Amino acid sequence: MSVSTDVSTQKTVGRIKAGSTLGKYIRYKALVIMFLPGLIYYIVFHYLPMYGLIISFKDYRILDGVMASPWVGLKHFKAAFASTEFWSVFNNTLILSGFKLIFNFPAPIILSLLLNEVYNMKFKKIVQTITYLPHFLSWVVLSGILIDFLSPGSGPLNMILSTIGIKPIYFVGSRVWFRQVLIVSSIWKGIGWGTIVYLAALSGVNPELYEACKIDGAGKMKQIIHVTLPAISPVIVIMLIFEVGHMVNDDFDQIFNLYNPAVYSVGDVLSTYIYRMGLENMLYSYTSAIGLFKNLIAFGLVVGTNYISKRFSEYGLW
Amino acid sequence: MIRSRQEKTFSIFNYILLSILALSTLYPFWDVIRVSLSTAAEANQMGFKLWPEKITVEAYTYVLQNRFIWVGYKNTIIRILVGMSIQMTLMICVAYPLSKKYFPNRSFWTLIIVFTMFFKGGMIPDFLLIRAMNIDNTIWALVLPRAIDTFAMLIMRNNFMSLPDSLEESAKIDGAGDLKVLISIILPMSKPILMTVALWGIVWHWNAWFDCLIYIRDSNKYVLQAILRKIIIDSAPQFSEIAGGVDISTIDTNTSQTTIKCATIIVSTIPIVAIYPFIQKYFIKGMMVGALKG
Repeated sequence: MSVSTDVSTQKTVGRIKAGSTLGKYIRYKALVIMFLPGLIYYIVFHYLPMYGLIISFKDYRILDGVMASPWVGLKHFKAAFASTEFWSVFNNTLILSGFKLIFNFPAPIILSLLLNEVYNMKFKKIVQTITYLPHFLSWVVLSGILIDFLSPGSGPLNMILSTIGIKPIYFVGSRVWFRQVLIVSSIWKGIGWGTIVYLAALSGVNPELYEACKIDGAGKMKQIIHVTLPAISPVIVIMLIFEVGHMVNDDFDQIFNLYNPAVYSVGDVLSTYIYRMGLENMLYSYTSAIGLFKNLIAFGLVVGTNYISKRFSEYGLW
Repeated sequence: MIRSRQEKTFSIFNYILLSILALSTLYPFWDVIRVSLSTAAEANQMGFKLWPEKITVEAYTYVLQNRFIWVGYKNTIIRILVGMSIQMTLMICVAYPLSKKYFPNRSFWTLIIVFTMFFKGGMIPDFLLIRAMNIDNTIWALVLPRAIDTFAMLIMRNNFMSLPDSLEESAKIDGAGDLKVLISIILPMSKPILMTVALWGIVWHWNAWFDCLIYIRDSNKYVLQAILRKIIIDSAPQFSEIAGGVDISTIDTNTSQTTIKCATIIVSTIPIVAIYPFIQKYFIKGMMVGALKG
């Protein structure tokens, strides 16, 4: 497709054939120059760190740098796979992702079904706006609020519990409760925002289907089961598949701001472990190896789930 | 609309349930406000309360005198201004060429870029890169790694692609170059999407804290979220210090660590809480564009 036939650029092309790829780079040089800074950005800030992952196979020493540090093969991978600490962290990551799949995934679907039945638009708007609020705040702020809310000394939750005779619980410091805190607080942050995709799908459901259902004498529950859910099931399937694709991508911001040494055994996940071992203990090569392992699984899951998604439906990431 | 009795029951139940959900979403926020306005004695008292018995704003007086709150605000605003100027320019500069079907090796360059969304170096290589570049402890460590938000850039590109080619063609017949076409035709027509992408970036920069935590050593360069973290999560006393170096815990019975932490949360969260109801529609629109594509 030729849009511009600029005489001056035609001239500079000279001996290079105008139709060749090289000719195109010269002909569209304004666009190419415009594109260059962005390309440099991607090389420096994305491809160089990928290259930096080779320190997983080296004993990285700060003074030697990435290039001159000695190769050690799979030493760091073997060390990680032989350590119980690593497997505990890996398990925590999967357990938390599994719980989030069971509890956090259906939450916005249920909320959007309920919101869809609200006919007072003002009320609907208010509920939506309120439930969106935590989405706009950082986990630093949300953790600060949670720490006050869950405080064993004066937190409202423990005060409510004490009125029914339950002794104060130190939720964020308890191995029994820490995971529940993570699950519930991420529902709190995400439930409202998560409804957006489902509400859009729900607005596309043909109202005549509900009328037909009513004539057949179906109640609200039956309408939801026979009309609403089938209508949005493609969206649910896609969201579910993408959710599975993110199984190893734990929520660093959330856990890092809420956890403490007392709950490492249940709350420490891959990214927080990498942070502590890597940036605090400076085991750069060891944690790079774990990072690479995690990235490969994440990449495999995304590619795999995208393949499945494409077979299920028209939708895919690429 | 005729509604059966069963539907009415459902409806009442539904309104009650949603009201409970909305109230319980807000309640933790309300409690922080309540504590921030309470006296120290009351904040540490046992017992369930919805309202402070005696309202005092002294915790706020302290927080507003805390030098670091203002340092944080200043650095966050600088970060947003510098970061977003770079981000918007670079994203347009990448999105526009990639939106042109005749851009050479377009699908190859797109692949190179999209790949970075799915495979990353990760925390450690990113950290070593910033240090090797010698930009740690400077604002560049906070703005350059995020100079392009790839997802937002692709949405921008899709928007450019949806504009009719005839606009560009007629402008070029009139002798306009690519840059002129972009600035005087494409960008003015893309205002809604540019607004959306800019707001995403602003909220992202406002909420970012981890990069500051690992790259910035000088506390006078800390952004607001990092200072907030130091005060409310690490309870680092040097950040709660008010101007003049007076130690807060010794002088007043009306304030305590708890009330000051709560007041700090409120002071640093008010701007975003005040604007999000008005900007949410841009975020939703962007989500929908993204969802349709993905």
